[in-house]
Amino acid sequence: MLDRRDFVARLLRDRGDLMVLTGLGTATFDVASQGDNPLNFYIWSGMGCTAMVGLGLALARPDRRVTVITGDGDVLMALGSLATIAAKQPKNLSIVCIDNAVYAATGMQPTATGAGCDLAATARSCGFTHVEAPSDPADADKLRPLLHSGDGPLFIHLRVGTQKHERIIPTRDGLGMKQRFLQASGKPSMF
Amino acid sequence: MADAHHHSPSEHSDWPDRIHAVFKKYNVRQVGHVPDTGHTRLIALCAQDNEIKDVVLTSEAEGPGLVLGATLGGERAALLMQSSGVGNCVNTFSVLQNCAAPVVLVVTMRGEFNDFNPWQRPMGKMTEETLKLCGFHVYRVDEEKDVEPVLAAACDMAFGGNFQVAVLLSQRMINRMPGAH
Repeated sequence: MLDRRDFVARLLRDRGDLMVLTGLGTATFDVASQGDNPLNFYIWSGMGCTAMVGLGLALARPDRRVTVITGDGDVLMALGSLATIAAKQPKNLSIVCIDNAVYAATGMQPTATGAGCDLAATARSCGFTHVEAPSDPADADKLRPLLHSGDGPLFIHLRVGTQKHERIIPTRDGLGMKQRFLQASGKPSMF
Repeated sequence: MADAHHHSPSEHSDWPDRIHAVFKKYNVRQVGHVPDTGHTRLIALCAQDNEIKDVVLTSEAEGPGLVLGATLGGERAALLMQSSGVGNCVNTFSVLQNCAAPVVLVVTMRGEFNDFNPWQRPMGKMTEETLKLCGFHVYRVDEEKDVEPVLAAACDMAFGGNFQVAVLLSQRMINRMPGAH
């Protein structure tokens, strides 16, 4: 089993101008543990919507790379969005699904992935052209370049353990995050 | 426009063309939609438009996420759905309010007038109030002549002030064909 925080840290090394969206829950703490960044956008409500935010952003910014980092609970809540995304084939979008088979933020209740739902296979059958399911921490070094230049849509399925990590809670100011994100991505006036 | 005759069926009316023209005028670049008979022509117009990225959603609940992503990318977005779809979005609408992400939501009403399927009534009846509770400013269009000015006002408000604005298109105006759904 991979260690989620270690793997995320390796994926985000030398991230440059990568845009990173995080889903409600522990995935946000994992990304925030690597330092706050104006090109991070932490989603604090609407569970299930993270991947779709990634699609909207990827379509709006074909000149940039977008990575969604979220958990199995968030992906399971909107499985259909994998089909929606695959239908658009966004070349610049990657989804990293951290799958610990439990709802860690709410008391470790089991998710459907523990009962057999294979999210990598799901993504593949929805039409993701590139699916990776690493099992070794060092695989992160091979996957990292794909976030920056691979042909998407890419789905990285991380089966991780349930190790406890510090809760690093970043900003929850949606309006503030929007403004700084636009500023940092060269769209200072929104429209 | 108002007359003693039945309105002609939606495919013979040009209100979808006028909504599309308003989208163009206001530089709407992403349109997410779940099909509805009333939206057929507008969806086709958006799909054929090279400047508009249209996204077929498997559930209306995916729409607000798409809109937030478009906003973060500096693009304006609209969503098309029928009134039943509004119920699917209640939780995900929250991201739009939380981030002041503007959207124009065009809703074809079901269950309010001569709908062949009476089970559409409960959600149709609560659509407007639901949208208001979700933070939307809500307009309603009952006459075709009002489509363009109301859509334009909705775009002005949404994109001018980063608000969420819904336009409800009455089922009587759309004149849903019997048997359509």
